[in-house]
Amino acid sequence: MTSGLLFACVGALLFVMGVSGVLLIRHLLRRILAFNLMGSGAFLVLVGLAQRHGVADPVPQAMVLTGIVVAVAATALALALVRRLHALTGKLEPPEADDD
Amino acid sequence: MTDPLVWLILLPLTWASLAFPSGPGRGAWLAIAALGVQLMLVLLLVVDVTESGILVRAVGGWGAPLGIDLAADGLSVAMLLLTQVIALPLAIYARSYFSATAPEGKYFWPLCGFLLAGLNGLYLSADLFNLYVTLELVGLAAVGLVAAGGGARQIAAALRYLFAMLLGSGAYLLAVALIYAAYGTVSMKTLAPLITAEAPVVIWLAGGLMLAGLMLKTALFPFHFWLPPAHGGASAPVSALLSALVVKASFYLLLRLWLGPFAGLTAGAGLLGWLPATLGALAILWGSCQAIRAQRIKMLIAYSTVAQLGYLFLIFPLLTGEAALRAGIMQAFAHGLAKAAMFMTAGVLIKATGQDRVDSLAGAAQQLPLTMFAFGLAGVTLTGLPPSAGFLAKWQLIEAAMAQGAWIIAVVVLVGGLLAAGYVFRVLRQGFLLVPATSADTSVFHPLPRTLEWMALLLAAASVLLGLRGVELMELVSLGGAV
Repeated sequence: MTSGLLFACVGALLFVMGVSGVLLIRHLLRRILAFNLMGSGAFLVLVGLAQRHGVADPVPQAMVLTGIVVAVAATALALALVRRLHALTGKLEPPEADDD
Repeated sequence: MTDPLVWLILLPLTWASLAFPSGPGRGAWLAIAALGVQLMLVLLLVVDVTESGILVRAVGGWGAPLGIDLAADGLSVAMLLLTQVIALPLAIYARSYFSATAPEGKYFWPLCGFLLAGLNGLYLSADLFNLYVTLELVGLAAVGLVAAGGGARQIAAALRYLFAMLLGSGAYLLAVALIYAAYGTVSMKTLAPLITAEAPVVIWLAGGLMLAGLMLKTALFPFHFWLPPAHGGASAPVSALLSALVVKASFYLLLRLWLGPFAGLTAGAGLLGWLPATLGALAILWGSCQAIRAQRIKMLIAYSTVAQLGYLFLIFPLLTGEAALRAGIMQAFAHGLAKAAMFMTAGVLIKATGQDRVDSLAGAAQQLPLTMFAFGLAGVTLTGLPPSAGFLAKWQLIEAAMAQGAWIIAVVVLVGGLLAAGYVFRVLRQGFLLVPATSADTSVFHPLPRTLEWMALLLAAASVLLGLRGVELMELVSLGGAV
């Protein structure tokens, strides 16, 4: 197993852990952390698999850099919303859905 | 300098950035003027594409793979046209809707500009990664707009929306990583001949991830859980923007991938198209029933969006023929125009009565005849009565279904039309037939700027009249092939 493939497998594992976290955890801060784990997993797959004979490919690295910027922005937005929800309701869990 | 492809992305970014420092609630006139220019640019682009087919531009002279290519064909120009046609009247409506001090209008203009820049960028992108970035830009701006109301209810809806968006684009990004690993490129044009029916398993996995992620983002049943609270809880101009335009973006992307890079896979697996189609049929039934049961008027319209999105997915098993694609785009136009108009009338009704329940609309037709008329016209399109664009879309869809022997789709379309009539007439009955319980109720209607009513009527009328000029639009869609 090459190191690239190892990175990719770990990335896929992290991605699955992150997705299950986002879906299953109710605590919002932990859910945001799970989202970041998911994002990192995808980045690791992107960088890990795109090595040709041990030489790193610059294009996916540029992509990951862009992806990190997007993830930071999304995390900031999520944190701001959670803070606001906490200020309004005093809870760090989403209120029960009312569909009407 | 005057390249419409680049300016369609730069212009909204510019006015959004200028609106932000000029202070809360400011920047409306600039936005409206710029949207007028954007509409003209799209019309120029329509002429260009009609004359010379697909347009491709390397931004800043740096082409792919290092730089970014923008491309416009008939399908993307049609979506761009829909976006600007709805955004301009909506901006005029929003200027009158948000009073200077309203908290929910504080950051409407910058967020709206970023949203439109993201949408235009998405329709013009030619590579998978650029599509990911624009998809995220659209999602983040949309979540910001939902949260702008500031109440606990809106914040909770925005958070639910945000996590759904992030899951969807996370799955998409992982798929992009797998595709890049297999082929070393993300350009859709280069990928199209590479991905064939004999593609390795990992490409099937990538395709599945993209399909699931984009279905979640388009709120296809059973992934629709985030849509009603987000669309029903935001302020009326925001709901109109989200329901009419934002959900169409991920649908467009799914369609583009299906017909473009993944054509080799999807053509080989005929049964695959029935997965989105089955979910679409369930969405029509479930969404319509929930809309008929809904107590609040904006929830009714939001569930109607869940149902109408279902029609868009019915086309997937039929995509071997041109007619299904045309039906899908016609439905996107019909629903976009009608749903924007409907949320705008809902905003007028809620502002005028101060209540948001369907039951509180009794007597609305006497007080706000233009608004109820606009709601009725939009309803005509959603139910698919002739000569509306909705009728044309459903007619095309039924014709395509019958030609391929998929009569079950025709049945679903007909039943869906009946159910849509159910929830539309529920509102119309309240507005036109019922007399307010006490005479004192009639004085409850607050006077409103007439602009609000006229803009809603404009879009509702457009959704009906488009049915008469639909052929030109459908010809535009098939320009430059489907890739």
